[in-house]
Amino acid sequence: MRLDSSIQDREREAHLVAVRAAISGVLVLAALALVIVRLVHLQVDNHEHYSVLSKDNRVKVQPVPPTRGLIYDARGLLIADNHPSFSLEITIEKVEDLAGTIDALAAVLPIDEKDRSRFDRMQRQRVRFQGVPIRLNLTEEEVARFSLDSYRFPGVDVNAELIRTYPLGDLTAHVLGYVGRINEEEMGRIDGSDYAGTHFIGKGGVEKAHEGLLHGHVGYQQVEVNARGRVLRTLEGKPPVAGRDLLLYLDMGLQRAATAALGDNRGAVVAIDPRTGGVLALVSKPSFDPNLFVQGIAQKDYHALLYSPDKPLFNRAVRGQYPPGSTVKPFVGLAGLAAGVIDARKVKFCPGAYRLPGQSHRYRCWRRGGHGTLALEQAIVQSCDVYFYDLAHDLGIERLKGYLGRLGFGDRTGIDVSGELGGLVPSKEWKEKVRKQLWYPGETLIVGIGQGAFLATPLQLAVATATMANRGHFIAPRVARATRLPGDKQAAELPAVSRPVDVTAPGQWDQVIRAMTQVVESPNGTARRIRTSDYLIAGKTGTAQVFTVGQNETYNVSRITERMRDHALFIAFAPVDDPRIAVAVIVENGGHGGSVAAPVARRVIDAHLGGTQLMADAGPEHGD
Amino acid sequence: MAIRSVSSSLDRVGDPAQTTFMGRLHIDLPLLAGLLLLSGFGLAVLYSASGQDLGAVERQLARLGIAYGFMFALAQVSPVRLQRWSPPIYVAGVLMLVAVLLIGDVGKGAQRWLDLGAVRFQPSELLKLAVPMMVAWLLAARPLPPGLGRVAGAAALTLVPAILIAKQPDLGTAVLVATAGIAVLFIAGLSWRLIFLIGGVVAALTPLVWYHMHDYQRQRVLTFLDPESDPLGSGYHIIQSQIAIGSGGIQGKGWLNGTQSHLEFLPERHTDFIFAVIGEELGLSGILILLGLYVFIIYRGLAIAVGAQDSYGRLLAGGLSLVFFVYVFVNTGMVTGLLPVVGVPLPLVSFGGTSMVTLLASFGILMAIETHRKSLRI
Repeated sequence: MRLDSSIQDREREAHLVAVRAAISGVLVLAALALVIVRLVHLQVDNHEHYSVLSKDNRVKVQPVPPTRGLIYDARGLLIADNHPSFSLEITIEKVEDLAGTIDALAAVLPIDEKDRSRFDRMQRQRVRFQGVPIRLNLTEEEVARFSLDSYRFPGVDVNAELIRTYPLGDLTAHVLGYVGRINEEEMGRIDGSDYAGTHFIGKGGVEKAHEGLLHGHVGYQQVEVNARGRVLRTLEGKPPVAGRDLLLYLDMGLQRAATAALGDNRGAVVAIDPRTGGVLALVSKPSFDPNLFVQGIAQKDYHALLYSPDKPLFNRAVRGQYPPGSTVKPFVGLAGLAAGVIDARKVKFCPGAYRLPGQSHRYRCWRRGGHGTLALEQAIVQSCDVYFYDLAHDLGIERLKGYLGRLGFGDRTGIDVSGELGGLVPSKEWKEKVRKQLWYPGETLIVGIGQGAFLATPLQLAVATATMANRGHFIAPRVARATRLPGDKQAAELPAVSRPVDVTAPGQWDQVIRAMTQVVESPNGTARRIRTSDYLIAGKTGTAQVFTVGQNETYNVSRITERMRDHALFIAFAPVDDPRIAVAVIVENGGHGGSVAAPVARRVIDAHLGGTQLMADAGPEHGD
Repeated sequence: MAIRSVSSSLDRVGDPAQTTFMGRLHIDLPLLAGLLLLSGFGLAVLYSASGQDLGAVERQLARLGIAYGFMFALAQVSPVRLQRWSPPIYVAGVLMLVAVLLIGDVGKGAQRWLDLGAVRFQPSELLKLAVPMMVAWLLAARPLPPGLGRVAGAAALTLVPAILIAKQPDLGTAVLVATAGIAVLFIAGLSWRLIFLIGGVVAALTPLVWYHMHDYQRQRVLTFLDPESDPLGSGYHIIQSQIAIGSGGIQGKGWLNGTQSHLEFLPERHTDFIFAVIGEELGLSGILILLGLYVFIIYRGLAIAVGAQDSYGRLLAGGLSLVFFVYVFVNTGMVTGLLPVVGVPLPLVSFGGTSMVTLLASFGILMAIETHRKSLRI
């Protein structure tokens, strides 16, 4: 302290400080006025704008996915169910360090190599801002454990969702198909807004064909979220419309019987109720477990299925296109009658081979010695090739194709199983267009016995057989009978698509059916061994060539490896007078239709009509 | 209210303040009332901003208790003694800053802490008091206004610790420490020519400062200039803070009803950005009440400065009052988007301990200057 300083000095100093303090006070007020101006700008002038931004921050519209419809078989058995499952999902767009996050998660929950590889696979085909599961089927304890640490994992959420399950597994795989996660390609095809929040879509079979009914419609809810996206409460919303349940014609009892009847063979069985067009059984063997695909199948398992020589993923019933062989003869016969080319009573002579006028090539009958003289009925019963060569030659390929087309050959039947193929009935036009070659008259003959370029699916054979059983009433086949809203008692029947197949005289159907009945009933019929006293069965055997026999060779079963053996075919319906089931069977590399495929059909018919079961096989027999 | 005249301070020999109960406790009643109101307001806002966490309020209350304890203790120390101790305290503070840079603990990516066995201590906080004390000591030694040499000395005494603190790096505290020295110089009557000259030099040095800034500091400045350039990154604080304040309007959304804060869109809502919570929940009206309290406290501080008995007391009281103001202005400016984001808390409202102790200690010094009076030998 400068106690010696004068009072004037001290007063001057005090005055100086007072002035500076006053200036400071003014500056303080000016600075705070600036802040207040800024606050007025924010809180008064732009209040509306910031209120909207604040609301946008906290209120989010969330889609509420509908529950997928369930699927029941003809007896009300649940064959496609939803069961709740917790999965842990990472929304990759919200995560900064993906690898680090997964490693940190692995410290909280068990995450194995399989989980990681599935995650890698699925994230490559993910939809942006949709979670990709890193773990599936969390236990409740695991959910609780993650929840404790969830704050450490922004962008990682436990997702409770309903997972499709197929209780009967491989028994229904080919007919129902399965659902799987929506991929990028499917996302482009569907209405994205209706699928907001939906993770699964039908990938095949009934699941895909009836996707629109099963899926339902999305709902939404306005929710209040915090900065981490956690939902705090629901403000308002519109509930989703649940997908409709499907009630099928498919009878799991028959499906099981048909599967068992095929045994260990590769092949297919399609059974149709001719009165409704309802598919009672649709089997393709071998099959696979569709449940593996729902949440994404492991690469190893998928490759095992994909590259198996037995092709278990291949739906032979609707996608398998085989030469129908002699099973087509009743239909060719009918075409001949309808066109007036043949008369059922008029006979033709079979010397064991057929020669076109002016050609040296011999078209052989399966019986080298020939059948001698026979009319239509015996030609079908003994499956005489020469009779049908002549008939086809007289009909010409265009008329033949026309009749076969009306019976459903050469085009998709329109079944509600996704992925169906249409087979092929060749024609001049087709050959010129596709093969850029001229049509030879001999090819018409080959089509007449169901060989050559002629291809049909087991489903098409079953549909044609049902049309035959109906005496010309074609009904498009369908697996689903009706739909129902969950909880409703009332079911809505799905409409049938049907049309008549005209012939010149109504009796012509019965002329062919009588012949088909004799195939089973007659002592020289090719399917005589499946005869039963319980009811009359009308049928026709067939053999589809896998291996072409040279002009001067004979077919020697033992010399040919199993995979080169012919496919065995059989079509049938029963009872003849009041048909309730029409069946088509193919056993790949099974050999002769009468000995291998016909007993399968008989077991299916027995299972459906309640007949006494066929005894065990009595060894191979000849006849096509 | 007018600033008290010089003569009135001279009249206060044997002032009643010396003889009243509060006077004997060395408490300035108006200042204490203002501070208590502000602390209470702060606790109420903190309760909401912390998500109604009573634990946080209790911890803040405990810190306030300690800080008020410091205030009370410092109010007992006579300014004469404080003046005598200014140089050693300053030297010790600067040495500790050097020690922090060499051996300090790293917290939040910056070296700020010195571990003294039982307590962790932030020397930079001490400098907030030591710098104005030291500058006031220097300038009060000769008649005011100071000559060029003293101004240069005061500038050096201010800049050395400010630069050391900026190197930690802690820009907010460095700014406050530098402000403290400058405020004392301003109160001491720094000539206007020098003020403008220094202002010009600082403006010219801006590019150099930019060059020496850390990346995150540069980012803050860039973000301040254009927050929308990175709305989810560094601009997020500013945008969300402005949304909170703007959506509050005049009336506010109501106490405990702020969606921006309660739903956690607003970062640092109970510490540096608590002002936005006030803006959202209590609106412009609540903010004006808060600013009114600050104005009252600053006014009272400046009044004490004017009324002080000697130059040291005047300079120190004026400087400390202005530092308090700078706290308020930097924080509210940053939260409203007027200034870049600098880590300065809203005084006596933001959650956090160290700065609160320093702040109330400075008010303890103000009270001491006001209440320790001696008879003047004329």
